[in-house]
Amino acid sequence: METLLVLLIHLLKIIVVFSILLGCIAYAVLLERKLLGRLQVRWGPSRVGPFGLLQPIADGLKLFLKEELTPTRADRFLFVLAPLLSMGPALLAIAVVPFGDTTNLFGLLDQPILLQIADIHGGILFILALTSVGVYGIFLAGWSSDNKYSLLGALRSSAQMISYELVLGLSITVALMAAGDVSLRNIALSQGDGFWNWWIFSPKWFVLPGILGFFLYLISAFAETNRLPFDLPEAETELVAGYHTEYSSMKFAMFFMAEYCNIITVSCIAVTLFLGGWYAPFPFLPSGGLFGCVWFAVKVFILVCVFIWVRGTLPRLRYDQLMKFGWKVMLPLAIANVLLAAGGILLYEMWHGS
Amino acid sequence: MPYRLDFQADSSITKALKESPEGHERMALNMGPQHPSTHGVLRLVLQLDGETVVRCVPDVGYLHRGMEKLAEEKGYHRFIPYTDRLDYLSPMSNNTAYCLAVEKLLDVECTPRAQYLRVILCELARISSHLLWLGTAALDIGAVTVFLYTFREREKIYDIFEEVCGARFTVSYMRIGGMSVDVPEHFVPMVTHFIDEFGRRVDEYETLLTNNPIWRKRTEGVGVIPPERAISYGVSGPSLRGSNVDLDLRRDDPYLVYDRVEFDVPVGKHGDVFDRYAVRIEEMRQSRRIIRQCLRDLPGGPVKIDNHKVILPAREKIKTSMEALIHHFLLISEGIKVPEGEVYSAIEAPKGELGFYVVADGTGHPVRMRIRSPSFANVSALPEMCRGAMIADVVAIIGSIDLVLGDCDR
Repeated sequence: METLLVLLIHLLKIIVVFSILLGCIAYAVLLERKLLGRLQVRWGPSRVGPFGLLQPIADGLKLFLKEELTPTRADRFLFVLAPLLSMGPALLAIAVVPFGDTTNLFGLLDQPILLQIADIHGGILFILALTSVGVYGIFLAGWSSDNKYSLLGALRSSAQMISYELVLGLSITVALMAAGDVSLRNIALSQGDGFWNWWIFSPKWFVLPGILGFFLYLISAFAETNRLPFDLPEAETELVAGYHTEYSSMKFAMFFMAEYCNIITVSCIAVTLFLGGWYAPFPFLPSGGLFGCVWFAVKVFILVCVFIWVRGTLPRLRYDQLMKFGWKVMLPLAIANVLLAAGGILLYEMWHGS
Repeated sequence: MPYRLDFQADSSITKALKESPEGHERMALNMGPQHPSTHGVLRLVLQLDGETVVRCVPDVGYLHRGMEKLAEEKGYHRFIPYTDRLDYLSPMSNNTAYCLAVEKLLDVECTPRAQYLRVILCELARISSHLLWLGTAALDIGAVTVFLYTFREREKIYDIFEEVCGARFTVSYMRIGGMSVDVPEHFVPMVTHFIDEFGRRVDEYETLLTNNPIWRKRTEGVGVIPPERAISYGVSGPSLRGSNVDLDLRRDDPYLVYDRVEFDVPVGKHGDVFDRYAVRIEEMRQSRRIIRQCLRDLPGGPVKIDNHKVILPAREKIKTSMEALIHHFLLISEGIKVPEGEVYSAIEAPKGELGFYVVADGTGHPVRMRIRSPSFANVSALPEMCRGAMIADVVAIIGSIDLVLGDCDR
């Protein structure tokens, strides 16, 4: 009976989290179109439903009803596999993200439940592994389409993602070192009681490595999610649509959803690692239980808006400039940052004698 | 291009570019005629080594409509609407260039008011053309937002054109010997309002681009063409001035009233994409200066010359005056009788030197007309600019020479 209940709760959590995530993806698209519209002195979608709120549903329906085209000389198996490989890991990554502390749902349950699907001990490693798998989706899509533009997009993307994954990993390391743990829940738990304890500002290392780490993470996250100014794999004006040039209907929709899902995931991780997870910015504000989820959502929302804002502002880098920037600027900075943070933590612990 | 499945789109170029002198196979990438950033139907076949362009072969003519032949058939007056469709982003300039050529053959000069108005409208056309160029060039490099900002101002210029002649895009406003009608009363306040606001807008575009490190990185040192090479290709307009060649027909071979207004001709230093960008941005400011002076000096009086063997008489007169009726009938049925001779007349259009070479034999049709279009000459410099560049640079370079395929293919 007991195990059945645990199983049921887990199943319910999965269903709830994934339906919310899918809804967020759909509305992230709308948010992007609306916000970008306002940045560009126009309205954005406003025809379908009040304020264009039904637009994502219309978009989804449209794509669903479109004809699926496969190029004659495409590698059919890989061509179908690629969007799945892109979408799957993107969705899975959300499983280890903690949205809040614990809740007993207003006294409904005797035992409080974790606001997280699975609290894996190596949570952050799980996420890094999944994002690496995501590259295969893009690469195989470009390779299997038998299109030169797709192939070039795929080449760019694999080079880009491999280089920026290093920076991503190194920038995360600072938060891991400070928290002394790789479980996302424990990292979030170590940042309670006010924003000055968040790892972005933490006094443990005289502030600088935290801020630097956060921005290094954010920049490489832009590269990981193929967003402007690093949207080279799908650079519309150069490579038509890059790796998904030949994709149509739901297969295209899966790439599209994967992109927005990735944006949400990297924002969630940034919030968990650097911005205090579900904790409120001031200790007197409530952040337990479902309040935590609200704080978490607000922080993720702000980061997603930053992604859109940057897209509306910056031009795109060139392929070689991107690689140079990754290897010659970002990577040395990230390594130096790790050393700096390590030194800072060492000094702090000597001082306080932990 | 034939819609046949077995048709190979000019496979000879593609095949030739697959081979390299060293003997190993290279990738031949066919860019265009349908590609998001070839500005219409330009086709480039690129020989690639990785992402680096080894050779670039432009293939033009997908928008060829036989304009020059059409002129022989249509007669002088009826060719005016065709000039709208040359460089369709600045029809006012094309109209003016064509009318000036025919007027030179006829040896007539239009009225002072018409001359000032032509300058104002040409400069508005220059601003509108440069605005579209700025938007699309920035879009090609990935800056999406500038595109919509420039279109906001471009709309306002089109509103002015609509008030002036009823059409926004293909205006056909100029006539041989003047213009079709006088501008409405609120023309001057409307243009004044526009240029007052426009100065601030140009600064706004610059805040997004000029000092943006990514924009600089993408444009500086890219697509360089040295002055002597640019001259030898016949490059003209801002693309030439970007290469440090100080040549502007408005100042060096003045037509209309350009010798009566003050303006500077901006010149670049290195001949790269950034210099061509900077030159065009500054030209928009100079156009604003020219318009302001012309509005200040705009004289009154008619806009058509008083010679109805050249320009149609007013509509009301046809019903009351017999001479007007006869002139109208003859002009419509036989066309303008242009005396025998030949002439080449060029203006500084937004994209460069736009010249018309007209040979007349005394009838209502030219014997031969040749259009010296700026885009066609500018395209010829593309292979040299693109050599050794990357794919992303090719896009930036195409944007920087401001191509319009209607102008290039004629």
